[in-house]
Amino acid sequence: MMELTTDLKREMFWTMLLARRLDERAWLLHRQGKIAFHISGIGHEAAQVGAVFALRRGFDWVVPYYRDLALLLGLGYTPRDFMLALMGKRGERTSGARQMPSHWSFKAMNVVSHSSPVATQALHAAGIGLAIKRRGEERIVFTSTGEGSTSEGEWYEAVNWAAVHRLPVVFNVQNNQYAISEPASRQMAVSGAAERACGMGLKGVSVDGMDAPACHRAFLEVFDHVRSGAGPAVIETCVYRITPHSSDDDDRSYRSREEVEHYKQNDCLPRAEKALGLEPELVEELERKAKAMVDDAVAFALSAPDPDGPEAAYPVYAEDVRDA
Amino acid sequence: MPEMTLIEAVRQALDEELARDERVLVIGEDVGRRGGVFRATQGLLEKYGEERVIDSPLAEASIVGVGVGAALYGMRPVCEIQFADFIHMAFNQVVNEAARMCYRSNGEWTLPMVIRAPYGGGIGGGIYHSQSVEAFYAHVPGLKVVIPSNPKDAKGLLKAAIRDPNPVMFFEPKKGYRLIRGEVPEGDYSVPIGPAHVSREGTDLSVFAYGMMHHYALQAAAQAGAEGISVEVVDLRTLLPVDRQSILASVRKTGKALIVHEDNLTGGYGAEVAAILAEEAFGDLDAPVMRLCAPDVPGIPFSHAMQEWVMPNPQKILGAIRRLARF
Repeated sequence: MMELTTDLKREMFWTMLLARRLDERAWLLHRQGKIAFHISGIGHEAAQVGAVFALRRGFDWVVPYYRDLALLLGLGYTPRDFMLALMGKRGERTSGARQMPSHWSFKAMNVVSHSSPVATQALHAAGIGLAIKRRGEERIVFTSTGEGSTSEGEWYEAVNWAAVHRLPVVFNVQNNQYAISEPASRQMAVSGAAERACGMGLKGVSVDGMDAPACHRAFLEVFDHVRSGAGPAVIETCVYRITPHSSDDDDRSYRSREEVEHYKQNDCLPRAEKALGLEPELVEELERKAKAMVDDAVAFALSAPDPDGPEAAYPVYAEDVRDA
Repeated sequence: MPEMTLIEAVRQALDEELARDERVLVIGEDVGRRGGVFRATQGLLEKYGEERVIDSPLAEASIVGVGVGAALYGMRPVCEIQFADFIHMAFNQVVNEAARMCYRSNGEWTLPMVIRAPYGGGIGGGIYHSQSVEAFYAHVPGLKVVIPSNPKDAKGLLKAAIRDPNPVMFFEPKKGYRLIRGEVPEGDYSVPIGPAHVSREGTDLSVFAYGMMHHYALQAAAQAGAEGISVEVVDLRTLLPVDRQSILASVRKTGKALIVHEDNLTGGYGAEVAAILAEEAFGDLDAPVMRLCAPDVPGIPFSHAMQEWVMPNPQKILGAIRRLARF
C-alpha cells in the first residue's frame, strides 16, 4: 500500500479544514440572513478527501452530489466560487446562479452538473462509463450519493447497468445515517450499502468514513480494481451528518442532542489532524490561512453584483450558449 | 427516387448515421439481436457491433439516463423506448435531466441525443401500447419534439435530430410504420427541425396535423376537394419549437382552422395551436378554431369497436371539415 507523502497529508488536511470553515461560515451567514439556503457536508470531509486524492484529478470523471464541498475543493473549486454560489451572484461558476448552492458543475475538471432529485446522476455515471469503455480509455467515473439515494430505482438501474456491462464506475455511498429525518434503517433492511452490492454482481466495500487515511487507502484500492477492468464497485463511507439536513431543517424533532454530541466526539477533522500527524504550529498556520480565505471570499461575494434578470432567458438550447 | 415504408426510412437514417459518425450509439430494449420489436434496428448489430448497438436492461429510466451520460462524454446516443407508453418511467431523466442540463449548467454541458419512441393507436394495442405522449414533452423548454408523417421526413428529420446539439424527442407514428410508403431521396440529406410543411394547398380552411393524423387529413382533404371544399393541410412536423409563422400564414389565407390529433383533447397540443391563433390571428379568423381529438378517456381500449370510437379517422376528419366549411 502506498504511503502518504507529507505533502499529500498536508493537502488532505488543508482541504478538510477549508471545507469545514467554509461550511461553518455558510451556517453563520444563514443565521445572519445573508444567504437563503445552505446544505452542509460537515462530517463528510474525511471520506471526500479520501476519494478525491485517490482519483486522477482532471483525468477521471466525477458525478457528485450536493454534500461534496470538500471533494470539489480538492478538484480546484475555490472559496470565492462557493460564496458566489451561496449568494447567487453574477459569475457563479456552476450554473450562473441558476441552481441552488452546492449543485456542482466544473467541466474543466470533468465534474458533471447534477440536479436535486437524488440518484438521478448515478445513471449518468453509468453512461459516462459506457462511453469510456467504448473508447478503451483508462479513466474511471466516480459518483456519490447519500444512503437514502440507494432506495431510488434509478440508483439500482445504474448499478445494475454498470455490473452487467462491467463499466468503470465507482458508486460511493456517503452513509451519514439520515435522509432528512429518516434513519438508514428506513432505507434498507441490510446493514449497509456495500451489502446491497452483493446481490448485483459487483464489488462492495465499507469503510470508516471518519478516518481520512483509511478512506484514502480504501478508495485507492477500489479505484485500482475498477481501473483494471474488473468491473464497477460500490464503496460505502460510513459518516455522520453532524448538522441538520439543510438550513431549512430542524433535526431536534427527530434525533437527540446526546446522539449528535456522541458523534461529534468522533469528528473526522481532529481525528485527521492526529492520524495524519500534523504539527500544531502547522495546523494553526492553516487555520489562519483558512480564515483569511473565507473572509476574502465572503467580502468578494457580498460585493459582487447580482445577475441581470433577463439572463434568465438563456441558455435553454445549445444554440443559445454564449461565451461568458 | 426509391419508395419505401416509414420504418425502412427510420432504419436507413440510423444505419447511415452510425456509418457516418462513430460517436453515434443506439441504446434500447431488444435493439440488438432482435433488431427492435418493430425492426427499426434490424441488421445494425451485425454491422456496428454490440458496443454501438446496445441491448439495455429492461429499465426505461436507464435507457435515457445512460444516454445522458454517454452524451455528456461526447457520444451521440439514440435511445429507443420500445413504446411511448413506457416512456413515463423515464420522464424524470428526460424532463429533469436531459431538458435542463444546458440551462442548469449555464451552457457548460449540452446533450446531443435523440429519444425515439413509437406512439399512437389504431393497431389493437390497448391502453398501454397506443398512447400519444407528445404534449407532455412539448411543454418542456430545452427539448425539441419532432413527429414525422412520411418516409422522406422520417429519414431527414431523424438525421437532423441525431446531428442536433440538443435532446430531441422523436415520436414515430407506429400505425404508419408499414402503412405509409413514399419516395425518399437518394444520398445524404436532412430535413430541418422547426419548419412545418404545407403538404396540400387550399383556400377554404386549414387543417393542422402531424404523424398518422396528417396522413388521414390528406385523405380527408382529397375527399373534401372532390366535394368542392378547398382544404389546405399543414404538417406541423416539429411541435417544439413550434412554427408560428407557418400556422399564421395558412390561417391568414384560409380564415379557418381545424386541428387534429389522436392524443386526447384537454391540454393536448391542439390547445397550443388554438392559443397561437387566438392571440395572433384573431382578426383573420372567419370561424371559431375547431379541434378534432380523441375524447378525454385514459387510453385507447383493446376492443376494436371501442378503439375505432376513440380514434380520429379520415371520415371523422371529413365530417369536421364539412362542418367548418359550412360555418
